[in-house]
Amino acid sequence: MSVTIPAIAEGFARPDFPRNAWYAAAWDVELKHELLPRTICKQSLILYRAESGKPVALEDACWHRLLPLSYGKLIGDTVVCGYHGLRYNAEGRCTHMPAQETINPAACVRSFPVTERHRYIWVWMGDPALADPALIPDLHWNHDPAWAGDGRTIHVRCNYKLVLDNLMDLTHETFVHGGSIGQLAVAEVPFSTTHGENMVEVARWMHDVEPPPFWAKQLGKPGRVDRWQIIRFEAPCTIAIDVGVAPVGTGAPEGNRSQGVNGYVLNTITPETDTSCHYFWAFARNYRITEQSITTELREGVSRIFHEDEIILEAQQRTIDANPGRVFFNINIDAGAVWARRLIDRMIERETPPALAAE
Amino acid sequence: MSVPAGFRLATVRGTSQPAEDARLIELVPPEPPVPYPLGSHIDIELIIDGRPVRRSYSLVGEGPHGNVYRICVKRLPDSRGGSVAMWALAPGSQLPISGPHAHFDLALGRAEYLLIAGGIGITPLYGMALSLARRDAPCRLLYAGRRRSLLPFIAELESKLDNRLELFISQEGRRLDLAAEIARLHADGELYICGPVALMEAAKRAWAEAGRPTERLRLETFGSSGHRPAEPFRVTVRDYGKTLDVAQHQSLIDALAAAGIDVASDCMRGECGICVVDVIAIDGAIDHRDIFLSNRQKEESARLCACVSRAVGHVTIDTGYRPSLRRS
Repeated sequence: MSVTIPAIAEGFARPDFPRNAWYAAAWDVELKHELLPRTICKQSLILYRAESGKPVALEDACWHRLLPLSYGKLIGDTVVCGYHGLRYNAEGRCTHMPAQETINPAACVRSFPVTERHRYIWVWMGDPALADPALIPDLHWNHDPAWAGDGRTIHVRCNYKLVLDNLMDLTHETFVHGGSIGQLAVAEVPFSTTHGENMVEVARWMHDVEPPPFWAKQLGKPGRVDRWQIIRFEAPCTIAIDVGVAPVGTGAPEGNRSQGVNGYVLNTITPETDTSCHYFWAFARNYRITEQSITTELREGVSRIFHEDEIILEAQQRTIDANPGRVFFNINIDAGAVWARRLIDRMIERETPPALAAE
Repeated sequence: MSVPAGFRLATVRGTSQPAEDARLIELVPPEPPVPYPLGSHIDIELIIDGRPVRRSYSLVGEGPHGNVYRICVKRLPDSRGGSVAMWALAPGSQLPISGPHAHFDLALGRAEYLLIAGGIGITPLYGMALSLARRDAPCRLLYAGRRRSLLPFIAELESKLDNRLELFISQEGRRLDLAAEIARLHADGELYICGPVALMEAAKRAWAEAGRPTERLRLETFGSSGHRPAEPFRVTVRDYGKTLDVAQHQSLIDALAAAGIDVASDCMRGECGICVVDVIAIDGAIDHRDIFLSNRQKEESARLCACVSRAVGHVTIDTGYRPSLRRS
């Protein structure tokens, strides 16, 4: 491992994301006993499952001549460089060098802490000593037997914070997703914003409204509803949104949701570069959970809805790129997004040396 | 002062003497120091006999000490000249540094750690030991030397490591039994060692004899201590038709360069093997100070690492230079 201090490697530029955090790198089913190259937080990685099934994440660059190890082969748990055959074990230690009887003890590639949880493979990009699995964001609905669902990954050509902005305020549903989940109330009903040390919550209750087509179908009952959207952000980039409807007067706002339908939109957005991200999402529901056809239908339906977001987000990034120096303006609805960005900034500040933070 | 590419000027803030022949030097880099991985070093460029030479020094401690990087340098009158130049530094002195670089980083989460330091070899292991102790990781630091007064940081280590620290001071009659210590280590444990080359060779041998995997033995060398004290020797170089004397404080590769004989090199620490030259004849003995050649190759003595290794007597080498290699 050679250059080690991210701040130095980036020429003292302040990073756009914290490094001391778990980032989703892949779906559990994506990771096999083969090399999967993926860039996370501007760091090229190779990911694979060891023969034991345990996930491994190594820097995707041979120590010797920097050929990406993803050009090589996985033999057993050993990565063999595709250029001169140097071998690395799952810890990133070099175990073989051609034509010499010893191994240079400096030879290794950086290995990253990696954990599997909530159907994702998580990597820790910062100080390995701080990589506590208890800090993995809560997305338990993905595997909780009381819930059913599935999701996908969207590779979005935009900065990850634009996706966070998008999810921290759902006003846009009215305008971007008018045919499915949007309705005027989402844009007009007031909301409350609260924040903690590493979480932000934006809650919006729409009382006594006509359900939009998507929710009318899920509920399967006629009549007006109470509709809720409770957005929970967990710094730096995970958002679980508690959504649902219940017939008016059945007590949902007071806490009894038994007559309604409830879903969770689960999102975790991993920075890839400054202008691209891996957006992992899933939709989990707590009704008709044994019906696989609904799981598939919902996954496809949400895919179509999120494609509408993708078009917006990428167009936004293109405009940002074309107008360097232009800033965003905030309005009332952006409170949640502003808090999310502030908590991210705090995390970055905590891991940036003081004099750099002042710049 | 000219600053080579990739280097920047640091200023000496202060020096102190944590042991009889060890000097702690505090360096203020031009930028705020940043946290570094345990086991990191910085490179320093020194001018010795009018020629720039580079030396690597481990950083002392778990991270920067306030706004300084700390290094600790042993006085070696017969070394390659670096320690003498370093001991001449005083507050306000400036010198080019690069790094921190990490070549000896501590892997976290291992079943158990055995750290072995020989004398000044404590420098990279000091921060590792403190860090492991703070995390309550299973670890032992075995610290060996001739006399207590020669070992830096004993007091700090004793207070922070408690029974994780064991001293092996030969003058007090306690010697390190490498095989026994390795046998006590967890089967998946790792050994980190830094010290004189003889200690590291013995550790490599004991590690291999215990059937342990090579990649779990981590070595840091500082490429200056040998099996015997440095003394002047004579070298004859094939195809140059030259014979020259290597002074006590001079490295073979520096002496060759001063005589216009070029040997390609890279790490200058006896690790990479780029500077290996063939030994054609030896009247005396080779003092192998590298960790590139295996113990078997060192016994055979058909090659030597010109950056750190020395000879006693008269050695004839082949640098691979062939004046006849040209377009006819």
